[in-house]
Amino acid sequence: MYEDDLRQMIGRVQRGMLSRRGFVKRMAALGLTAPMATQLLAITGAAPAAAQTSSAYRPTRRGGGGQLKILYWQASTLLNPHFGSGTTNQDASRVFYEPLAGWNTDGTLHPILAAEVPSIENRGLTEDGRSVTWKLKRGVKWHDGQDFSADDVVFNWEYAKNPAVAAVTSGSYRDVNVVKVDDYTVRVEFNQPTPFWADAFVAAVGGIIPKHLFKDYAGANARDAPTNLRPVGTSAYKFVSFAPGDNLRAELNPNYHLDNRPYFDTLEIKGGGDAVSAARAVLQTGDYDYAWNMQVEDAILKRLEAAGRGKVNIVDGGGIEFVQLNCTDPNQEVDGERSSIKTEHPAFRDPAVRQAMALLIDRNALEQFIYGRGGPATANFLNNPPRFRSPNMRWEFSIQKANDVLDAAGWARGGDGIRAKNGVRLKFLFQTSVNAPRQRTQAIYKQAAQRAGIELELKSVTASVFFSSDVANPDTYTKLYADMQMYTTTMPQADPERFMNQYTSAEVSSKANNWQGRNIVRWRNAEYDRIFSEAQGELDPVKRAALFIRMNDLVVSSNHIIPLVKRPTVSASLNTLHPVLSAWDGTTWLLSDWWRDA
Amino acid sequence: MLQYLARRLIIAIPSLLGISVILFTVLALAPGDPFEELATNPAIPPDVRAHLRASLGLDDPVYLRYFSWLSAMLRGDWGYSFVSRIPVDQLILQRLPTTIAVIGLSQVLALAIAMPVGVYAATRPYSVFDQVANTLAFIGFSLPTFFTGLLLIMLFSIQLDWLPFVFRTSIEATGWMWWWEMFRQSIMPIAVLGLFQGAAWTRFVRSAVLDVIRLDYVTTARSKGLPESRITMRHVVRNAMIPVVTLVALQMPVVFSGAIVTEQIFRVPGIGSLLITAILSNDTPVIMAVTFVFSALVIFFNLLADVLYGWLDPRISYR
Repeated sequence: MYEDDLRQMIGRVQRGMLSRRGFVKRMAALGLTAPMATQLLAITGAAPAAAQTSSAYRPTRRGGGGQLKILYWQASTLLNPHFGSGTTNQDASRVFYEPLAGWNTDGTLHPILAAEVPSIENRGLTEDGRSVTWKLKRGVKWHDGQDFSADDVVFNWEYAKNPAVAAVTSGSYRDVNVVKVDDYTVRVEFNQPTPFWADAFVAAVGGIIPKHLFKDYAGANARDAPTNLRPVGTSAYKFVSFAPGDNLRAELNPNYHLDNRPYFDTLEIKGGGDAVSAARAVLQTGDYDYAWNMQVEDAILKRLEAAGRGKVNIVDGGGIEFVQLNCTDPNQEVDGERSSIKTEHPAFRDPAVRQAMALLIDRNALEQFIYGRGGPATANFLNNPPRFRSPNMRWEFSIQKANDVLDAAGWARGGDGIRAKNGVRLKFLFQTSVNAPRQRTQAIYKQAAQRAGIELELKSVTASVFFSSDVANPDTYTKLYADMQMYTTTMPQADPERFMNQYTSAEVSSKANNWQGRNIVRWRNAEYDRIFSEAQGELDPVKRAALFIRMNDLVVSSNHIIPLVKRPTVSASLNTLHPVLSAWDGTTWLLSDWWRDA
Repeated sequence: MLQYLARRLIIAIPSLLGISVILFTVLALAPGDPFEELATNPAIPPDVRAHLRASLGLDDPVYLRYFSWLSAMLRGDWGYSFVSRIPVDQLILQRLPTTIAVIGLSQVLALAIAMPVGVYAATRPYSVFDQVANTLAFIGFSLPTFFTGLLLIMLFSIQLDWLPFVFRTSIEATGWMWWWEMFRQSIMPIAVLGLFQGAAWTRFVRSAVLDVIRLDYVTTARSKGLPESRITMRHVVRNAMIPVVTLVALQMPVVFSGAIVTEQIFRVPGIGSLLITAILSNDTPVIMAVTFVFSALVIFFNLLADVLYGWLDPRISYR
């Protein structure tokens, strides 16, 4: 069963010969999950886009909701979406600036400043995949009363792609061309067929800033614009005051472009402190309505939840904690570079060793005893949105099986109990960042490996060093001067193209590119490269999903990548609050639709 | 006297320069840069980050960066924060009122406890009062502030639900209600810092007074029949104050630098929390400004302490 069968069935749904429910049932019988099946229908146009109903907003008039108090344990420092590096700044800018569309948590688009989501049917998309036409919502006003129009959208493209501005969003804008069709229509044009067209003007990188206030700061002086700290946007809440690194206040926008919104009269986002006390302030004392990113042990969260005031929100996204088995030899220096792609790892070159390593980590124990609800075990590297989730991968924990595999491959135990073959001993340096759950995972892994005759030497590096891009430091994760390492990688968009490029040969991290390549494990596979470039130009969503599933299967079954647990985003809110959260967009992406039981 | 002051001020210049060189070098040697977060984000091409670095001058050699910082500083330009792009002096000024109010009041509280308790305990050594005061003082400065802070939060915010534990700068109330709210949220951080400091100072004041109270001139004063209160205040305390003044004066710059741990626990937006977030995000201009002002204040208060000696004890003269 693959995309041919799928396509036939979708065709039958479209022609009315098969009910949607029947389709979902058949997919389930084939091992595909229901969400995956409904999404396939939605993106192929066989079902109404779910995007229009992303929240169950109930208040029937604007305002009257009092104050909404949000707590971030990291504080925002800047309020320009084009400069906001890091989630906190992006979320804070998002309170005031809106993109054309945002991402629902199911991976579909939700129109915000756009009148509708472009599709082939409404002629927003073209068959050749070379352009996307956005129709803008009419009657939208900036907070200062000026009209929002296509000129603002085009200006944002010019602003972000200008190298002198040095916008962090420039990657999304510099390879496209944006044309104003009329005052309320813009067209984004691509150089080649682009299946993933929803990047520019969408979600975190898409916040539209007003042309009339930024046009004098669209060059090297961009960082000195006063509006960087006093935003004027189109959103449901207007700016009141901002103390960088501390506090952000906003108030209801009486002219917001959606009826009955927003619900709250004022908004306060307080930054700083630590995650545990933030959880306390919401779940235990109820001083705050919502706390962001609860990186707190699940046992503590459960205890705080017992107070009955608030609940923990878990939003499943693409974040994944995983182990990399180095493809290259970290102990051999070639041309002044360790872990060079000219070498091969002496032990991990043997698939049997990699298979054994994958069999030796007990994901169930990780989920149960370390991560709790914040880390469900998974066998896939690419887990979400559901239409990209492979049904083919399984994980298993069996020390017995690992021993058998190694015995069969001729790795015999030496006098010290450590296996060796042709002078290569199975003794590995296993590094990760300093972080309590990771150190506990390391310990669990080490114990299991020991029983299979493999010795793991554990190393932990301070996070600020491990994740830095410092070329001079040998302990950064991109250098991978170790046999294996473990960390979490996140998926910033609902499309896996940018996520899965981290296993293409072109991205191999090396001295030549200052270790900025994304393929850190240095895995190279001709088939993967071919499928990836195919997916980059594949316009058929069903076929494209199948290609990404194949990529996941290739990299996971190589066992150079061992997925451990998913890392959903965890937040806390009062029981009475109805936040609208998304795995693919910032916390504040749809603040206009937050409300509270009266 | 003036000559002495001038000499001291001139000596201060090379030490300030030395401090700034050391600070700058250490910061330049530290790993990471303000755009670290961009490095792990696949949506941002590496050359954007390189361009950002270049636009902030981070790719220049360390000595060039130092001299451009120094010349700007001499012209009174404190530079821009890398992460929030506003002038550093504005950033510091924004934090200054809260810092001075909270940390300043905690120092006042510490003095208000240490002086009377220390002096009274010393005039009646080994009495019940002295024993109790000593014990409490030991407990006070043995417990770290992060522990007492959490303890107070557990008791007053969570168990009793009397006081808020998140310090807010945007209280809506006006007039008396504003003061009341402000008082409610400040009392825990002030108490934590003040009691810790006060405990240490109590011990110090007590031993300083004890040293003086045994001297012959005090016995002489007593035998003249002077009232006990007059002896203590005029003859004992004034002379015992010399070491205490040094200690307190050296503590004063802390009012500016804030208290990193306590500010973090109670989310007080003071200079301490500014400094720690700046350090974590490698925001060099802010770190330099805060630490540099701090070292300047240390030097200044040292000088002030020396001048105060002369007033407390006219035998000490300056040439």
